[in-house]
Amino acid sequence: MLSILLVAFLLDVALGSVHIPLKEVIKVLFTSDSGNDTWVYIIEKIRLPKALTAIIVGCGLSVSGLQMQTLFRNPLAGPSVLGITAGASLGVALVMLSAGSITSLYTIKELGISGSWLIIVASSLGAALIMILIVSISSSLKDNVIVLIVGVMIGNITLSVISIWQYFSSPELIKDYLLWTFGSLGGVTGGQLGILAIVVFAGLLISFLSSKLLDALLLGDNYARSMGLTVKRARILIIGSTSILAGGITAFCGPIGFIGIAVPHLARALFNTSNHRILIPACCLIGTVLMLICDIVAQLPGSQTVLPINVITALVGSPVVIWIIAGPTKLRGF
Amino acid sequence: MAAQTSLLHTSGLTIGYQAGKGKTKVIAGPLDLELHAGQLICLLGPNGCGKSTLLRTIAGLQHPLNGEIILDGAALKKLKPAQVARKISLVLTDNVRSGNLDVYSLISLGRYPYSGWLGILTEQDKLIIEQAIRATHTAAFLGRKMDSLSDGECQKVMLARAMAQDTPLIILDEPTAHLDLPSRIQLMRLLHQLAKETNKAILLSTHELDLALQVADQIWLMSNGGHLDAGLPEELVLNGSFQQAFDKDGIAFDAASGTFNIHYTGKRNIKVTGEGIAAFWTKKALVRNGFNISLSDENELSVSVSGEGPDSLWTIQQNNKTTIYTSLREFLDTL
Repeated sequence: MLSILLVAFLLDVALGSVHIPLKEVIKVLFTSDSGNDTWVYIIEKIRLPKALTAIIVGCGLSVSGLQMQTLFRNPLAGPSVLGITAGASLGVALVMLSAGSITSLYTIKELGISGSWLIIVASSLGAALIMILIVSISSSLKDNVIVLIVGVMIGNITLSVISIWQYFSSPELIKDYLLWTFGSLGGVTGGQLGILAIVVFAGLLISFLSSKLLDALLLGDNYARSMGLTVKRARILIIGSTSILAGGITAFCGPIGFIGIAVPHLARALFNTSNHRILIPACCLIGTVLMLICDIVAQLPGSQTVLPINVITALVGSPVVIWIIAGPTKLRGF
Repeated sequence: MAAQTSLLHTSGLTIGYQAGKGKTKVIAGPLDLELHAGQLICLLGPNGCGKSTLLRTIAGLQHPLNGEIILDGAALKKLKPAQVARKISLVLTDNVRSGNLDVYSLISLGRYPYSGWLGILTEQDKLIIEQAIRATHTAAFLGRKMDSLSDGECQKVMLARAMAQDTPLIILDEPTAHLDLPSRIQLMRLLHQLAKETNKAILLSTHELDLALQVADQIWLMSNGGHLDAGLPEELVLNGSFQQAFDKDGIAFDAASGTFNIHYTGKRNIKVTGEGIAAFWTKKALVRNGFNISLSDENELSVSVSGEGPDSLWTIQQNNKTTIYTSLREFLDTL
């Protein structure tokens, strides 16, 4: 698996609209020195950050999906289930669709859609707002199923607010917003990459430290409580780290679907375990590989076009999951 | 046993739940119960009388409306969940067949209250898990996934998990539900054995009255309306508590046989003579088919059963006519 990861990483850096020989790529990666300055620039400033973003996104979304599936004991749960990504989208919609604000339009035009700090701050605030709402509501609820339903409903409300906003906005603005919802790994560079890495690392650390809590929750609330788990505190911890992961990633890369739902199933099936101390690193590994492969496919090797990543994750990933879960091996994860 | 200090006792315990703002619905109480180490206690009662609520309250999953639960000398409500987890383990009716759990992982979750931050098991933990597996005869299932187990196997595994939690009190909510008769007997026997061998207190709710009467050291008999009688099984039979608790139209507890009988109101009278097993089952079949068994000679219908097993013969006297049948079904069909 690790070697597949290495190959995928190399291929992701090597392939792109500008052809760079593999040998040169490796040379640049290890010595940051090559005969061709353009190649060095392309690799160091564009491809490497993009591949690193893919890794971070793959880890973060997979682990947050795993946490949601365990917390709610529902195989269809994912990072978006609590409405946190919807909250991030609301933040972005707020900035992009409020056409009155000239500054926002200017920054977007200047810096590109996904690369703008304004967008990142707005969507972080949106995600944080929904997260605070969910955590405060959930601290008074006893049953995790009710928390799940409340989360889905809040997500729906948020999305419909966005739809109303879109309905009254001009087509150009809607197009900008739609482009953002396609997701992009390419917009995160330099300092942003550092911040995203810190945010996601913090989220992953919290979720790894709560892997024992997650194990207990596999048996449901009542059993977990009988084994000495304070369910409400565990729930807040898990929802908190999921929000940090999903919210942070959505803020920087836009909503990226599918990975969060699919990878936990792949991890359970391939590693054949229910132990979260193993599943969390497994999700990171598989999520990373899948994300890198999706990014390679998105660049349509050999062509000049780049497809939106959000389209590819589902297009590539869904058949993989169907094959693994329903195929001849029948490795059932849930 | 009176000299022995109790493992758990309740004083003035009232159980129930919140029914809307500021309102409470009392299900049962006040209850003064006592529970000792090494005892197997069966909680019996009709559906909906509050057995699960009582168990959940004692286990600390639900708050009592009033009164105190004293667990090993300390008030239950003052204990932290982690402390309670070292005293009480549970086997619930909740579904556990998800999340890709295999049997060993599930049983080892029993060590949860003792393991560290990341839940890594020590040699000591593994030893206790081994013991739990041996005590519950679950070694054969270890490699399997939970969703491949039958109901009976699943209950045993859940019991093994509770054993691994190594608590002085194990509470089981209807462990025999969904099990076939042999599995029910097997499980009850196992629980009885565990209580004696490990000196744990085991409290379980069940609908298996005849099994409970056979294995329980104590019976808590709950009736609709929240009344609870505690005592030796035989005591409760003799003082008529059983009849009261389960009194419904058409059903009667027969203190002579320790079983429940369905009242049939027969339309025709028949006299049955004969001894042995064949006669016994013939009477049962006749009652079910709407006959009153009577001993008087004035009946126009009488049957004498003779022989044993496959050689049984049914000789019928009807209106001074005698017919002999070799099978019970033939005999019943002509009637």
